[in-house]
Amino acid sequence: MSVPSVTGRLWVFGDNVNTDVIFPGKYTYTLKDPQAIAAHALEDLDPDFARRVQPNDIIVAGSNWGCGSSREQAVSCLVYAGVSAVIARSFSRIYYRNALNNGLLAIECPAFAECAEAGASASVSLDAATITYHKTGTRFAFKPFSPNVMRILDAGGLIPFIQRQLAAADARG
Amino acid sequence: MDTGNEDQRRMAERTAPRQTFAQKALARAARRAHADVGEILDVAPDVILSHDNTAAIRRIWAEFGQARVAHPERLAITLDHAVPAPTPVHAQNHQEIRAFVQEQGIEFFFEAGRGICHQVLSEEVVVKPGQVILGADSHTPHFGWLGAFGAGVGRSEIAALWATGALWLKVPPTLRIRLEGAWPPGVTAKDFALRIIGDWGADGGLYRSVEFAGEAIHALSIDARMVLPNMMAEFGAKNAYICPDDATLAYCARQWAARLARDGRDVAPEDLHAELAAGCLYPDPGCALEAERVYRAEDLEPYVACPHNVDKVTPVSALRGVKVDQAFIGTCTNGRLEDVAAAAAVLAGRALAPGTRMLVIPASSQVLQASVEAGYVQTLIQAGVMIGVPGCGPCMGNHMGIPAPGEVIISSANRNFQGRMGTPEARIYLSNPAVVAASAVTGFITDPRAL
Repeated sequence: MSVPSVTGRLWVFGDNVNTDVIFPGKYTYTLKDPQAIAAHALEDLDPDFARRVQPNDIIVAGSNWGCGSSREQAVSCLVYAGVSAVIARSFSRIYYRNALNNGLLAIECPAFAECAEAGASASVSLDAATITYHKTGTRFAFKPFSPNVMRILDAGGLIPFIQRQLAAADARG
Repeated sequence: MDTGNEDQRRMAERTAPRQTFAQKALARAARRAHADVGEILDVAPDVILSHDNTAAIRRIWAEFGQARVAHPERLAITLDHAVPAPTPVHAQNHQEIRAFVQEQGIEFFFEAGRGICHQVLSEEVVVKPGQVILGADSHTPHFGWLGAFGAGVGRSEIAALWATGALWLKVPPTLRIRLEGAWPPGVTAKDFALRIIGDWGADGGLYRSVEFAGEAIHALSIDARMVLPNMMAEFGAKNAYICPDDATLAYCARQWAARLARDGRDVAPEDLHAELAAGCLYPDPGCALEAERVYRAEDLEPYVACPHNVDKVTPVSALRGVKVDQAFIGTCTNGRLEDVAAAAAVLAGRALAPGTRMLVIPASSQVLQASVEAGYVQTLIQAGVMIGVPGCGPCMGNHMGIPAPGEVIISSANRNFQGRMGTPEARIYLSNPAVVAASAVTGFITDPRAL
């Protein structure tokens, strides 16, 4: 299951958006249901987000998106809410890994983050490593994912990737 | 070995690339002679850390269909984030973890009340100099205080590590931060960490390995050293490192020997000292650094991080009239004996300001016990302070000291993000423990040097 391209409506946030406002720590050991987790996405930053987000929406952010806690629900709440990609000036490294491991595209593209407006739309092509901003028709290039990240994305995330790896090891005996 | 081979080996050593600590530690854990910056390695960590999130990790790991984790002896599990359990849901979470620990025969399991994972694994010397520890916790860079490579990862990655024992990691570039000179009275490692983050921003160390160096770093106590790599999580760092010295090795040997003695094994600390020293990794002189920044300790003062970001840093002396509702000392950043002692020194013979509450939560049972023995707990209780069970306390808003909407908190913790302590309408200021205690005495954020 690969993700060659996604198209979605844009949400725009600022710098240093941390995992506490993406998914508050007080819910981390009590909520397990995907719907319930999605309902709290970004609640301390934009209380309307969880109600108004639509499938395939794309988040655009400044630097250091997802700083703070390693909690993976800060990624899965967005995945469960239907978000397809986060395009940022830069990412916190744990968030970046968590995102790709859960099939949420995490794309560093400062030039696009600079000009994107909320409510406009864009398409991301992984094969071409480009973002097309529909409002202006401009195309932005980003650094393609490394082969080991592409293998995880192609598998549909880290868990199916490891499942395959273990099955292959079993087959080899 | 014949002489020709020996000559070749020496030649290879002379021409080998000079490496940073991060290059050496990751290369060793990937069973490689050396590693380049930017290279992706399959790293097998010596220790795999998890805490109350272990139940959630177990549910992910169950998807792999394995009966046993690959290396049970590498797992280190501590119940700390919500202890004692505040609700039946949290209690069930702990119950699930205890069952998993039993089923898998995990040796390094630390029950509720033993303390915070980073403090406990330091006290128990589960992690040793030169080792690699990956943890499902963003403050895992903590273990750089003893010269280990610690980095945080997600729950899925810990599940993958339980299954396979290895994970890909990219070798980060290194930023060296040097601190020279002598510490002025009342200025702590926490203040240096806040100054760094304030100067360069919360993303100033993004993805970097941060190596601390300089005479003022090695002048720090063990308690204080733990603050710096721990706080580099708020700088965006992948890991942080303090080069192990005699003080590091003496502490680790003593604590390790004490653990072995509790297990009925009598080993002399001197023997452990040699083993620990053999594992140490040091950056090569002249290794390639991305940047080096030099500070002088004399130029530092006590700082405060203002709501709602850790990089909104200002000298405490510049804050006027910030009324405090609750003061909190604790967490993996500043909940150690030295921090409790700093609070007791400020509060001895004084009382809390009317309308201000104060909470002290020792980072571990060893810290609590030593605080009782030193009389600090008595001093704090007399001043009107609440004492909590060792653990993370209200740091991330689970329980035990959640603020009301509109309240102001001064805290020795590491994060002041909006909603961090469970209440988005509360305002959190971060500082060193003496500033926290002084603020509880006056009711306003206060420089203890002015008391």
